[in-house]
Amino acid sequence: MIRPRGDRFGARDLFGESVRGLAGRPGRLALTALAVVLGIGSLTATVGFAQTGARQLEATFNAVDAVHGVVRPAEQDYGAAGAQAVLPWDGDQTAARLNGVEAAGLVTEIELTAPVIAAAPVHDPMAPPTRAPGVMAATPGLLDAVSGTLGQGVWLTGFHEQAALPVAVLGRDAATLLGVTRVDNQPSVFIDERSYTVVGILDRVERVSGLLNAVIVPQSTARAVFGLAAPGGLQVKVALGAGPMVGEVITTALSPNDPSGFEVSMPLPPSKVRQQVTADVNSLFVILGLVALAIGAVTIAVVTSLSVIERRGEIGLRRALGATRLNVALQFVAESAVVGLLGGLTGAAAGVFATVGLAAARQWTPVLDLRLVGAAALTGCLVGVLAGLTPAIRAANLEPATALQEGA
Amino acid sequence: MSTEQPPAIGAADAFGAPPALVRLDGVARSFPGATTVLALRDVDMVIHQGDYVSIMGPSGSGKSTLLNVLGLLDRPTVGRYELDGVDTAPLKDRDRTRLRGRRLGFVFQAFHLLARRSVLENVALGMTYSGVPRGQRRGRAWRALERVSMTHRASFYPTTLSGGERQRVAVARAVAGEPALLLADEPTGNLDAATSAEVLELLEDLNRSGLAIAVVTHDPEVSAAARRRFAMRDGRLREEP
Ligand SMILES: Nc1ncnc2c1ncn2[C@@H]1O[C@H](COP(=O)(O)OP(=O)(O)O)[C@@H](O)[C@H]1O
Ligand SMILES: [Mg+2]
Repeated sequence: MIRPRGDRFGARDLFGESVRGLAGRPGRLALTALAVVLGIGSLTATVGFAQTGARQLEATFNAVDAVHGVVRPAEQDYGAAGAQAVLPWDGDQTAARLNGVEAAGLVTEIELTAPVIAAAPVHDPMAPPTRAPGVMAATPGLLDAVSGTLGQGVWLTGFHEQAALPVAVLGRDAATLLGVTRVDNQPSVFIDERSYTVVGILDRVERVSGLLNAVIVPQSTARAVFGLAAPGGLQVKVALGAGPMVGEVITTALSPNDPSGFEVSMPLPPSKVRQQVTADVNSLFVILGLVALAIGAVTIAVVTSLSVIERRGEIGLRRALGATRLNVALQFVAESAVVGLLGGLTGAAAGVFATVGLAAARQWTPVLDLRLVGAAALTGCLVGVLAGLTPAIRAANLEPATALQEGA
Repeated sequence: MSTEQPPAIGAADAFGAPPALVRLDGVARSFPGATTVLALRDVDMVIHQGDYVSIMGPSGSGKSTLLNVLGLLDRPTVGRYELDGVDTAPLKDRDRTRLRGRRLGFVFQAFHLLARRSVLENVALGMTYSGVPRGQRRGRAWRALERVSMTHRASFYPTTLSGGERQRVAVARAVAGEPALLLADEPTGNLDAATSAEVLELLEDLNRSGLAIAVVTHDPEVSAAARRRFAMRDGRLREEP
């Protein structure tokens, strides 16, 4: 007798048999996979929330936020007893001596009624006013306190301040507005016909962006010329993480008699910021996910065991048709693996949706590593394999003759 | 395509004739338990290629046990079983399974069709484990259905078929892989007289085309169709004249 050499029962046959075995009972399949869906879903969502939160941190949290603070006189009801708290003129030096403060500078907006500001003496007072830059007073420490960088020239120095010299630093936009492009030829600007020598152009600042559109003069000069009443605000740059510590002592240092008269805004230490975000990424989710996954494993194991008992006849038949014990075992493992994989895929998809939903609700950018999504689905598959092992071995060990008889 | 011969090592008899398809020599099978059951006692039996044997006997006399031993689904406790002239005793489970898949076909009283597979798929399942190339399985399943005149039900599901039709599908499944010996345990046990006759006719047909058949039955008519008849009583087998 001549027989063709045939195909062994291969992976394709195995997969086909398992999928058909499951497809016959979609309802049961769905119920069996449900717990795995929940487990993988909450684990995926947890990772998604964590990654999205971490990304959000990167977006909002940076060194600038972590090191810049400000102290201002509190807005007070003048009807109440007590006068408005004022920052001392030398508040910048007081603050700079505090532990954790790296730089401090006072800055004040000078409000002039209809100022005439120009790069040359104005001859025609009737000329239509062009868009005017602001005028601000600053102390030498301000540049570092707002992490500013100069485009040209120098910043206001201690000498300028002590001597109340008529000098000015132009903010980048103010310089453009006034047509000042270089400072090496010692140009002048005029504020209400008084001349100031431009010593530098401020290019960038991390705080008090109004500086870029201002003519900045020494605080002492401003007091003498404009009769400044009090400094407007104190900008400080603190060491990373020193914000709360500085915040506690700075008002007392500035005004030992009335420390409560100030509004203080100091950066949170980075770990605090992180905690705020990760508080959403509750470890409860992880525990819930693991519990659901364990329930999923037990469910698959139980349902597969029932299926083995129910299908004894089929198992006996397959053995009679030439299936080895291994073929039978693999079929049940493959079936529970497919259940786990389907649960894993569905759960991973649900987790992705949850992540996107949370991100959308907070107007964050959803972030989820796709490899992790794949790993989540595979974890479901692995749970299925492990859960199916015991029933599969039981199926393989059935005596075909007995199985055929009992399964009839 | 390479060819594969059935093993031909066994002892050819004194005249050089090919070995018997099946040879049982002093086979016994006991089931140990509270009281040990001796289901088969000292059974000798020879089945030749193309043979048609029937086994009759009262319930519990050991007929199914004998068929299980012949089908390599069970092992004798004592004695020797040669298939194609090869002693099956030393064979590993894997090799017995392989031999079973390629040389033996089964038909059961309870049909054992998979309810969620079509008739054609059920028949094709018969070749899934027996080494038939994947691409040929459907075509051969169709031809097997032709042999049992069931092609008009190929896409049906077993639950929609009558008992007689189901058994014909089961026979198609058993013969699709072209076994040498068909083992049928009360194939008409669940059928009425008319459909029994149909199945019986089918078996005779298959036998005429060269398939050896061993059928266990309660039905004297089924038994009468066989060329050789055996009687089973208390685990002892006796050939009727
Ligand atoms: N797996 C088994 N374990 C114990 N006893 C068995 C087993 N299979 C069959 N028997 C016993 O062996 C005897 C023969 O059974 P069986 O071959 O099924 O009889 P038959 O098919 O002729 O009705 C019976 O007494 C039965 O109880
Ligand atoms: Mg029986």
